[in-house]
Amino acid sequence: MTQSPQTTPISPEPPPRRSWAGRSRLQSAQEFVVPPLIFVCALITVLTTVGIVFVLGLETVRFFRVAGIGLFEFLGGATLNPKADPPRYGILPLLWGTFVIAFGSSLIALPIGLLSAIFLSEYAPRGLRAVLKPALELLAGIPTIVYGYLALLLVTPVLKAVLEPAIRVEFYNALSACIVVGVMIIPMVSSLSEDVLSAVPRGLREAAYGLGATKFEVATRVVLPAGLSGVLASFLLAISRAVGETMAVLLAAGVKPQIVLNPLRSVETMTAYIVNVMKGEAAVGSAEHLSLYAVGMALFAITLAMNIVSGIILKHFREEYE
Amino acid sequence: MSLDQQPIVSRNPSPAAPPAPGADAVLVARDLSVWYGSTQALRGVSIAIPRNRITALIGPSGCGKSTLLRCFNRMNDLIPGFRMEGQLGFDGDPVAGPEVDPVTLRRRVGMVFQKPNPFPKTVYHNVAWGARINGYTGDLDELVERSLRRAALWDEVKDKLNRSGLDLSGGQQQRLCIARTLAVEPEVILMDEPCSALDPISTARVEDLMEDLKAEYTIVIVTHNMQQARRVSDMTACLMLDEARGNGHRPGVLAEFSPTDVLFTTPKDPRTEAYITGRIG
Ligand SMILES: Nc1ncnc2c1ncn2[C@@H]1O[C@H](COP(=O)(O)OP(=O)(O)O)[C@@H](O)[C@H]1O
Ligand SMILES: [Mg+2]
Repeated sequence: MTQSPQTTPISPEPPPRRSWAGRSRLQSAQEFVVPPLIFVCALITVLTTVGIVFVLGLETVRFFRVAGIGLFEFLGGATLNPKADPPRYGILPLLWGTFVIAFGSSLIALPIGLLSAIFLSEYAPRGLRAVLKPALELLAGIPTIVYGYLALLLVTPVLKAVLEPAIRVEFYNALSACIVVGVMIIPMVSSLSEDVLSAVPRGLREAAYGLGATKFEVATRVVLPAGLSGVLASFLLAISRAVGETMAVLLAAGVKPQIVLNPLRSVETMTAYIVNVMKGEAAVGSAEHLSLYAVGMALFAITLAMNIVSGIILKHFREEYE
Repeated sequence: MSLDQQPIVSRNPSPAAPPAPGADAVLVARDLSVWYGSTQALRGVSIAIPRNRITALIGPSGCGKSTLLRCFNRMNDLIPGFRMEGQLGFDGDPVAGPEVDPVTLRRRVGMVFQKPNPFPKTVYHNVAWGARINGYTGDLDELVERSLRRAALWDEVKDKLNRSGLDLSGGQQQRLCIARTLAVEPEVILMDEPCSALDPISTARVEDLMEDLKAEYTIVIVTHNMQQARRVSDMTACLMLDEARGNGHRPGVLAEFSPTDVLFTTPKDPRTEAYITGRIG
């Protein structure tokens, strides 16, 4: 069309006809087939979970009946010894062992993971970040049994070489388990937190720089608070991973259910106890064998509680920061 | 950035850029060229921004208005691949170069962005934030109130100081960002299309506000709205895309810098005339 901009008459010819193929039969069928399919998948997931909890609960009740102990004795007992006469089923030593590992490994993983996340998102040049982030994530891909080996063959010998003979280091000890589990969960913190920090809008950083903020102030006083909910979520995920960690802890910290403050001695976690009972010679249906369900139930309750708490924390911070 | 910076004497701007009568230049660019990686965004821009005036930067999109604006507070330093040549001065001192601390500079040359970007903090902390990090020792409550009043926002938010800045409307958020900038007591305020995300009423409020602020601050505003440039500014710079260079990319150049009424009534440059009459852009 060649018309001068001054005189633009309304075009007399109708607009060109366009062709619309519409939707094929297959595409229409998707509307009816896909939603039920998704529903079935969701149902399977829910039913599996419900089934597991149901069996766990059933066997836990059976344990209390067969062992002839009450809930209080189980939750409040400081001695765990199924071989004693009478057998003692106090879960406190296992709770303690689990707590020590989770606490100790968090002490290592949370600060290192968070600092690496801040470094990666705020300080590292793009090229370095492209190399470092996958490298850190590789840590998460190492089988946990390898971490267990590392604890026994590397960490504990080093601890012994450094501390002994001044301080005795047991062959199985909580500290080396904390160290390897800590390293194992660093990528959960660093990778997830880095995602969250990088997702903080550029506009917020520019606003802060525009007010005369230094890089450090931007990182710690704008980016970190804005991404705090995600950072806390990564913390909780990492901690629950440490709580649930089995193989490395079993190998490194041993299977001695005791409440000791000294991290150079052996402890037993709930997960390690479950494995230990399963591969032991306890007869199926015996109180000792059933006790693993009760411990499993307790583990489940703890993880569930952590998830609920994390949900509450996330909601709280989301309200404050979004 | 490798630049041998000579101090720029503010009262002696480049001949290409006459300052408005009765005002000395606060920001000066001389023969400024900017690259992002291998694409050149600006070529040979010389301009002297007069003190206590509102200077508008207009021109078709992609001609480097934001780039020029962000050179004055070194915001472009944050962009990987950014490189510049030429000279930049603020109050007679160099702006670029390794010896200049961009952190100090940015407190004195504040910025308001295209999209309102309040921090996800309370209204109060949004305003107090910049003052806090810059070590303000006075009464913070008083500073927050004063800044919000200056930004014509106090009456609307005085009962919601503890609410999130993000709960405000878009226009209020932008005035909050202005209040936040005022709270660090800058000398210059750079505004990059501050009204492009706002409705007409909020736009009018921001424009009124700029008029009020002019007495104390030098304002440089990028706008794609020529009516706005005419309404608010004393001086207008019109940037244009240069003829295509080797790789087909067209860098921005300064076509004309004149008092606003002159530029819009009797433009000297044919490209400016074409742009303001709607034949380019
Ligand atoms: N961060 C960046 N990286 C690469 N090129 C950029 C960047 N910002 C702007 N440019 C380029 O520089 C030129 C000028 O952009 P800009 O200053 O944003 O123009 P305006 O604000 O006038 O629309 C454009 O060609 C744009 O593509
Ligand atoms: Mg722009």
